Amino acid sequence: MPAQIIETNTTPFKKLDLDPVTLDIIENALRNARIEMDATLVRTAMSPGIREQGDAFPLIADPSGKMIVGQFGSFIGGFLKSFEGTIEDGDMIFLSDPYSCEGAISHSNDWLVMLPVFKDGRLIAYTAMFGHQSDIGGMVPGSMPIEATSIFQEGVRIPPVKIWKKGEYNDDLMKLVMHQTRKPDWCQADLNALIASCRVASNRLIEMAERFGDDVYYSATQELLARNHRAMKALIGQAIPEAKASFEDFICDDGKGYGPYKIKCTMWREGDKVILDFDGTDPQSAASINFFLNENMFKMFFGIYMIMVFDPQILFNDGFYDLIEVRIPEGSLLKPKFPAALSGRTHALGRIFDILGGLLGQGTPEFLNAAGFSSSPHLFYSGWDNREGKKADWFQLFQIGFGGIPGRPLGDGPDGHSLWPGFTNVPNEFLERYFPLRIERYETEKDSGGAGLHRGGNGIHMTYRFLADGAIGIHDDRWFVPPWGVNGGHPGKRATKLLERVDGTTEIVGNKVEDVEVKAGEQLHFITWGGGGWGDPLERDPELVVLEVRQGLVTIEGAREYGVVMAGDETVDAAATDALRAEMKDGRGELSLFDYGPGIETLRANCKEETGLKAPIQPSWDEQRHG
Amino acid sequence: MRYRLGVDVGGTFTDLLLFDNDTGAFWRHKTPSTPHDSSEGILNGVIAITEEAGVDPGDIEFFLHGTTVATNAVLQGKGARVGLITTEGYRDIMQIARSFVPGGLAAWIVWPKPQPLAALEDTLTVGGRMDADGNEVRPVDEAGARAALEKLKAQGVEAITVSLINAYVNGAHEVQIGAIAAEVFGPDVPISLSHEVLPEMQEYERTLSTVANAAVRPVVGNYIANLRDKLVEAGVKGKLSLLRSDGGLMSSEKAQEHPVNILMSGPAGGVTGAVWVAKNAGLKNILTLDVGGTSTDVALIENLEPRRVRTTEVGHLSVRASALDVKTVGAGGGSIAHVPELTGALRVGPESAGAVPGPVAYSKGGELPTVTDANVVLGYLPEDLLGGSFKLDREGAKKAVQTIADALGVSLMDAARGIIDIVNENMFGALRMISVQQGYDPRHFALMGFGGAGPLHVNAVAKLMGSWPAVSPVSPGVLCALGDATTRMRTETARSFSKLAMNTDVAELIEVLDEMAEQTRGELEQDGIQPDSITSEFEIDVRYAGQAFEVPLTVDQNTLRELGIDGLLARFDEEHHRLFTFNMDTPHEIVNLRAVALGESLELEAQELAKGNGDPSAAKIKDHTLWMDGEERAAVIYDRAKLLQGDTIPGPAIITEMDSTTLVEHDCTATIDAVGNILINPTAAS
Repeated sequence: MPAQIIETNTTPFKKLDLDPVTLDIIENALRNARIEMDATLVRTAMSPGIREQGDAFPLIADPSGKMIVGQFGSFIGGFLKSFEGTIEDGDMIFLSDPYSCEGAISHSNDWLVMLPVFKDGRLIAYTAMFGHQSDIGGMVPGSMPIEATSIFQEGVRIPPVKIWKKGEYNDDLMKLVMHQTRKPDWCQADLNALIASCRVASNRLIEMAERFGDDVYYSATQELLARNHRAMKALIGQAIPEAKASFEDFICDDGKGYGPYKIKCTMWREGDKVILDFDGTDPQSAASINFFLNENMFKMFFGIYMIMVFDPQILFNDGFYDLIEVRIPEGSLLKPKFPAALSGRTHALGRIFDILGGLLGQGTPEFLNAAGFSSSPHLFYSGWDNREGKKADWFQLFQIGFGGIPGRPLGDGPDGHSLWPGFTNVPNEFLERYFPLRIERYETEKDSGGAGLHRGGNGIHMTYRFLADGAIGIHDDRWFVPPWGVNGGHPGKRATKLLERVDGTTEIVGNKVEDVEVKAGEQLHFITWGGGGWGDPLERDPELVVLEVRQGLVTIEGAREYGVVMAGDETVDAAATDALRAEMKDGRGELSLFDYGPGIETLRANCKEETGLKAPIQPSWDEQRHG
Repeated sequence: MRYRLGVDVGGTFTDLLLFDNDTGAFWRHKTPSTPHDSSEGILNGVIAITEEAGVDPGDIEFFLHGTTVATNAVLQGKGARVGLITTEGYRDIMQIARSFVPGGLAAWIVWPKPQPLAALEDTLTVGGRMDADGNEVRPVDEAGARAALEKLKAQGVEAITVSLINAYVNGAHEVQIGAIAAEVFGPDVPISLSHEVLPEMQEYERTLSTVANAAVRPVVGNYIANLRDKLVEAGVKGKLSLLRSDGGLMSSEKAQEHPVNILMSGPAGGVTGAVWVAKNAGLKNILTLDVGGTSTDVALIENLEPRRVRTTEVGHLSVRASALDVKTVGAGGGSIAHVPELTGALRVGPESAGAVPGPVAYSKGGELPTVTDANVVLGYLPEDLLGGSFKLDREGAKKAVQTIADALGVSLMDAARGIIDIVNENMFGALRMISVQQGYDPRHFALMGFGGAGPLHVNAVAKLMGSWPAVSPVSPGVLCALGDATTRMRTETARSFSKLAMNTDVAELIEVLDEMAEQTRGELEQDGIQPDSITSEFEIDVRYAGQAFEVPLTVDQNTLRELGIDGLLARFDEEHHRLFTFNMDTPHEIVNLRAVALGESLELEAQELAKGNGDPSAAKIKDHTLWMDGEERAAVIYDRAKLLQGDTIPGPAIITEMDSTTLVEHDCTATIDAVGNILINPTAAS
C-alpha cells in the first residue's frame, strides 16, 4: 500500500508553456536554495564528521519525489511506494534504515530527514537531507563494526517515522532514539541542523512559488526534468555504443581474512536506453563490506559523470532516469539481503566510481582517468581520557582520511585531496585541542602516486600519537589490489597501517580492524593509497621529476620509475636518463590501456612479503544460501 | 590643508575624487591606468584634478588610496619568493591544504591542481614540538634549523615565514627560529612568525595567512615607497593612507608591514563610498551592486555599517584577515551569452569578453554576444553617448544577439531581454547569499548600483529583490575613490577566549576588553590620531559549545555590566533563531573577543543641489525608443548634469553622464534627491 498524501487542495497543477528565460531563472533559484541547505548545515552541526568534514547530502524533489536538485538522486519515489501511512502538512519524516528505503542511504549512521512542502493545502515539493552521525550505538564506538554479521549489531535502526506529525513534535520518539547513542549531544545538534536545512529550503521553495505562481514553478520543475532527459538522450546516443563493454575491480578483503571480492559492470545501449548490468559481481559477504546500492543513485552517478564533460552548468536531476536501466543481482555484494551487515560499505561505494570511470573511459582513452576514488579511509579512536588532570571523560573520534587523486587527462592528480564532494580534512590543531592526540606527521607518502606522464596524487602519511589509553578501529582498502594506472601510467602504491608500540616493537595492522587496544604514547602510521598514473612515465619532463624529488614528493629511487637518473640529488643526469629510458622502452611491450599491477594470483603469492599481511583467502559461497 | 583626495586604481581606469572638507564640493577625474607602474597614472590624475579644481597639491591633507597591488601579487603569483619553515612532519602543509576540491561529485576531473603560495621546494621542516596547551614536548633542533635556513638562503628565497604547530598557544619556538633566521639572513630579508601575524588555531589557515603576508610585503613596500616619492615630486605633502579590506584606513607604514590587511582593498572602496552616499541620502540599510566588465561585487550595509567577515578570499585562497563581506559573481557587462547545443538552455557567463576583444558593440574585435550588447540592442545603452567621441555598433550587437535568438527560437528582442534577465538573476543570486541567507529581509534595504554598469541594472534587480529605492548615486563611476576619501582610520585586534559562558565572570570579560581597547587605541595614536577622537567598538563571538560557527555580537562594557552574561546569551539565542530557525539547551561558549579602534568619523556633508520645480525637461537630451516588458516603448534621454533637486522622471527613461548610464524601467519613477542621487521607486498606482 503506497503512502497516502493528504491535501486539502487537490487542484492539479496546470502544465504551462514556459519561456526559456523563466526556466533558467527558476533553475538558478533552485541551485541557490540547495547551496543554502549546505551552508545552514555546517554552521549548526556539531560532530566533526559533519561540521569539519562535510559528510552530508541535500535534495530537493518535485511532488512525485523526483530529484530536481541534489547529487545522490532521489529515493522518495521508492519510499512513497512502500510507506504505509499518510503524508500531511506539518509532517516530517525521519529514517535511517537502508532496508526501508531501497538503499537510498547505505548504512544506519546516515540519518535522513524529509520534509513534504505544502503550499495552500497542496503538496508542491519535498526537501530532504542526510548526514553521517558519529555514533548511533551498537557494538563499537562509531557504530560501524567491521566484525558485524548482521545490521542488528550496527546501532539503532530507524524505520520511516514521523518526527513531526501535523506540526506536533514527537518528543517520546526522539528520547527513545537519543537513548541509543553514545553521543546524544552531537546527534541532537546534527539532527537539528538537518531539520533546519530542510526548513530553510522549504521556505525558499514556497517563496519561489509565490513569486512565479504555483503553476509556473511546478511547470518549471517538470521542464527541467524534461530538459535533462533530452540532453541525456542525445549524450547517450553519441557516447554509448551498442556493443557490450565490461569493467571489473576488486574490494581487497572483508576484514575477516577473505577476499578479494569482485565487482563487475557491463554496459551497452539498446535504442535510447543504456543498460548497466552488475551480473558477475560476487555474492554478498557474510561480513560487513556489503554495499546496498540504490539503482537510482547509480543512475545519478552515471549521469553526473556523463554531464560533467559536456555542460557542467546543467543541474543534475532525475529527469533522465527512464533512459537508464540498472540491473543488480539479488543477494550480491551490491544488493545484499536483509539483515546483512552494511557498516563496511564505504569501500564498495568509493570503488563504484573507479569502475564507472573505467567503464565509460575505455572507449575514449583521452577522457579516461586512472583509479583512485577507491575508498574512504576511516579511523575510530575512543576511550576514557586518563591523562593527568583530565577527569576520565569519554572521548570518541571518527575521522575520514583521503588518498591521492588519480592522474587525469588534465594533469597530475592533487596530492592528499578528497574525491568526495565538499569534504575537507580536520585541522590537526583541532584534533590535538579536543582529543588526547598528537599528530606527529601529516605529509604525503612519497612515491605513492602512480608514475605517469601525469603523476597520480600521493596518499597521506598521518602519524597519530595516542596520549590516552583507548581502542582504535580502521576501515580502509586498496592495500591488496592497487589503484590501476591508464594509458601507460603505473598503478598507485597501496595503503598500509603500522603501529609502534611503547615496548619498542612495531606491527603491521590490517586495514579493516577494530577494538585494537592502544596505550598512551603509542603511534599509528595511517598511510593511504596513491592515485594511479596517467600516460607514459617515460614521457614526463625529467626536470619536473627532479623538482618533485627536491620537493620530497618522489624519491631518487622513485624517479627511476620515470627512467630518470639523478646526478647528486639536485639535477638530472641527462646521459644516464636517456640511456635508462631507451633501455626501459626496449624492455617493455605495447603500453596497455589499463595497468592493474601483477594480477591477483601474483599479488596473493607476494602478499606477506610486500604488505606484511596474510594474503586474503578466496571466498566461496554457498549457492543454496545466496542463490 | 582642506582637501582629501581619494584614488582608486582599477584595471582600466584610475579614478580620482578630490573632496573639499569645508564645502562638501568635489571634483572627479578618470585617467587610464598604467599597469606597468600605476603611480604614473596616479600622478597624471593628481596633476589633472588639482588643475581642474584650481587647488594647490600642497593643500591635500590626506591622500587616501585603494589598491589591488596586493591582490594581484597573490593572484598572478608575483609576490616574493617565500621560504617556509614548519614543524617536523608537516612539510606538505601547503600542498595538502584542507584536501578540499571545489565543485560537486566528479568535479575533481576538471579541477586544476593548485600551486602552493610558498613553493614546496622552499618549504623545510625543523625538529621541536609544542603541545596543544603550549608546553614544550621537544626543544627546537637549533642545528637543524640553521641548516634548513642556510639551505633556503642558498636557494635564493626573499622572505622567511616560520609557522609551527600549536604556535597560536605558545610562539616561543617560532621566536627561537626567527632569531636564527635573522642571523642567517641579516636585516634585509623580512621574517614573519605565524603567531604574530595570526594567533589563531588551524595550522593551514594560519600558515597561509602568514605566507601571504610575507609574499606581498616586498611588492606592497616597493609600491608604497615609489608612490610616496612620486607624490612628493608632485608637491603632495599630506599623509598617505591605504584602504583596508575591512573598509577602514591604515597608515601606509602599517600597510607595508601587514599588507595582508589590504588584500581586498579594491572592492572595499565601493562599499565605503556607498555608506557615505547612503548617509547623505538619508538611507540606513543598503545592498550594493558594483557591476564591472567581468564580474559583479555585492555587499550588505545595515544601519550604515557594512557587514564584515573574518576571512579574505583571494582566488582559491582563504586568508584570515578581516574584510568586508563582499561576494563576487562572474556576471558583468562583458559576460558572454551562449546556448549549449546539448541542453538548449540560455547561459550567460562566467566567460567574459573582457576589455579585449570586448563586447561586439565596442568594435574592438569582439564577436560573441555579451550583456552590454543586449543592453545596446534593447536601447538601454544609446548608441551615440560618451560625449559623442565614441559610437556603439548597434547593428553588430544585433547580429551577435540574433545568434542567441536563433538558437532559442525566439525574437531578437526577447533574446536580448533574456540575456539581461539571466544576468540580473545571477546578480540576484549573489545578493541573496549576503541577505536572505544571512537572515536579512532584502525588502528592508535599498539597492545601490554603481561601477560602470551598476546603474543600468539596479532598477531591474531591485524589482527582483523588492529592495527600494533603487539608487544611482552621484558619480557612480568613481564611487570607490569617493569611498577611499570619506572613510575613517581603523585598526582591530582579536583574541581567543574559548570559555563556557557559565564559567565566565563578567568582570573578567570586561577587563580583557579594556585591555584590548587600550592596545588598539595605542596603535592609532602612534599613527598620529588625536586620543580624544578615537572610539572603540567590541564584538564577542558566541556559539553553542561544539558548533563550528560563531555568531558575532556587538557589545560595550556598560551594557555588559548592566545586563551581564545572560543578556549577551539572550541576544545570541535570538540571533541564532533568526538565522537557523532553532535554539538548543547546549551550553554557550564565548569563543573570541574583538576590539576595534576607529579614528574620527568625518562629518563630510555632500553639497546640496539647486532646487528645481520637479520638471526635468530642461535636462532632456532627446526622445528615444527602447524595448521593455514585451514591447517597444517611447522613452526620454536626460543629461544627469542638468537635473535639479526634486526633478521627477517617469520611466522608461535613460539618464546619462560621463561614465555611466542609469536606466529607469517603464513602471518606475525616478526622483533626484537633495544631493543629486537618483532614487527609483515603483510608480504609485494612479
